[in-house]
Amino acid sequence: MAEQQPVLLANVHRPDSEKIATYVRHGGYTALRKALKTDPEEIIAEVKASGLKGRGGAGFPTGTKWDFMPKDAPVKYLAVNTDEGEPGTFKDRLIVERDPHSILEGVIISAYAIGAHRAFVYIRGEFFLGVKRWIKAISDAYQHGFLGRDILGSGFDLDVSVHRGAGAYICGEETAMIESLEGKRGVPRAKPPYPAQSGMWSKPTLVQNVETLANIPHIVLRGAKWHSGIGTKESKGVKIFCVSGHVNRPGNFELPLGTRLKDIIFEHAGGVRMGRAVKAIIPGGASTPIIGADRISTPMAFETLKAAGTALGTGAVIVMDETTDMVEVVRRTTRFFVHESCGNCLPCRVGGKRMLEHLERLAAGTGTARDIENLEYLARGIYGQTFCPMGTGMVEPILSGLRLFRDEFEGKVKSN
Amino acid sequence: MDSRNVSGKPEGTAIIDPAKRSMLLAALYVAQEQNGYLTRDAVHQVAKRLGLTDSEVYSTASFYTLFRTEPVGHHVIQVCEGLSCYLNEGAERVVDYVGAKLGIRPGETTSDGRFTLETVQCLASCGTAPAMRVNDQLYENLSPASIDDILERLMGEV
Repeated sequence: MAEQQPVLLANVHRPDSEKIATYVRHGGYTALRKALKTDPEEIIAEVKASGLKGRGGAGFPTGTKWDFMPKDAPVKYLAVNTDEGEPGTFKDRLIVERDPHSILEGVIISAYAIGAHRAFVYIRGEFFLGVKRWIKAISDAYQHGFLGRDILGSGFDLDVSVHRGAGAYICGEETAMIESLEGKRGVPRAKPPYPAQSGMWSKPTLVQNVETLANIPHIVLRGAKWHSGIGTKESKGVKIFCVSGHVNRPGNFELPLGTRLKDIIFEHAGGVRMGRAVKAIIPGGASTPIIGADRISTPMAFETLKAAGTALGTGAVIVMDETTDMVEVVRRTTRFFVHESCGNCLPCRVGGKRMLEHLERLAAGTGTARDIENLEYLARGIYGQTFCPMGTGMVEPILSGLRLFRDEFEGKVKSN
Repeated sequence: MDSRNVSGKPEGTAIIDPAKRSMLLAALYVAQEQNGYLTRDAVHQVAKRLGLTDSEVYSTASFYTLFRTEPVGHHVIQVCEGLSCYLNEGAERVVDYVGAKLGIRPGETTSDGRFTLETVQCLASCGTAPAMRVNDQLYENLSPASIDDILERLMGEV
């Protein structure tokens, strides 16, 4: 595979990269001009043919999602998910802070393709700079005629507004985000109906992640063939991998999907600190199963990670070296999910608390074999049995941690 | 009452305007700015403006960690306790360091009312860990020296 020029992160390191003038000078909004002269159906077909899958964690085919939006509905909405909160993930924050127009151009093209005239940007309340950058980008886009009435003389109208979340991981789940945008508690809705049928205020709504949207202008400009020529059989295009933990050069690396995990860790992130060995890796954010060092040659793609018993998730690679206390790792991810549980369904709300109690005892060295037994029993019971995917995300690190590092859990048991 | 049934007219109340309700989070941010937390009166005013009951506003506000119903210090220090911060000598180590400097533990406010110390979940700064926020400012790649600088500067502020 030929060395790729950066696509999504081509602008982020330029001076004043967040400004509209910088973006336009480097070819920004040319994809929009092209799109507005193209039939919306053709754009949807192109995105479908590109093989692009959502970059927010679930990996649903983007073009298919667009196709689900009813063609004849008079009112449709686009909701932009900037609620990045999956532990280990810090890519969307980078794009929003350093290249917001690349997302906004994707927003306008997507809205045009699905026939939405109103878009809502939802952003984590903690992302204060991101909020400012979004607002500035949107107001500058209005000034340049990229938003508002009759965009670039095309007859297409679009209004975009920014909405701050207020500290709730669950609002990254699309139906919880819609509830939050409506001014309510961020409790997920039952699916079906899917947001494409009944979303914000019961209107068809397309919810799309920031990194996904940033891909759209490139697909429009360079075509589906260009995009589907990058990556693997089932994972097309480039992906921003967020690498953190025990590596020498943590950061965001844009690479073709299918890049091997060990190349990401050793070639791009500078290898493990102090030359230590890798013990475990979380490959796709805290809700994806932990894998051992024996899986380090796995290509980072949807299908290959699935075959390895884990998932691509958000592409957030957390590297843990041989000194890492895996019981503490699992306790920490569990505490995160317990804190973030919306409280709506019992397995997640109560089961999470009970599992955390077992883990706290084990970590403190006061646990018994019964704590391990009950922890596993609860985790197995919760898996797949919660109202939204978060409960399953909570138990993934627990079940994989117990499977791979059971000796460490047993080593923590009192008077063993 | 099913809060999703926005078009129905619940008995005894006005028709709920869904667009108005969607202003709630933004209104709570504005209301919170005045005192640093949501006073009973602020909640009441927001409820009145948006055609909601006080309890509906409390219910929503209490769901979100960035809305507070108790007074906090002038500077709110939020230390990330996420996994990547932990792996980078952060999390509890930063909490303990800041706490020792200020003489408070997480959840507490200094007696002069200037600082509140909290722990928070992942701040999306995993590649620049350890991280913490002070008010709305994010600080990354923390070290004891950089924490000293940050605290000294805040203590110097009137």
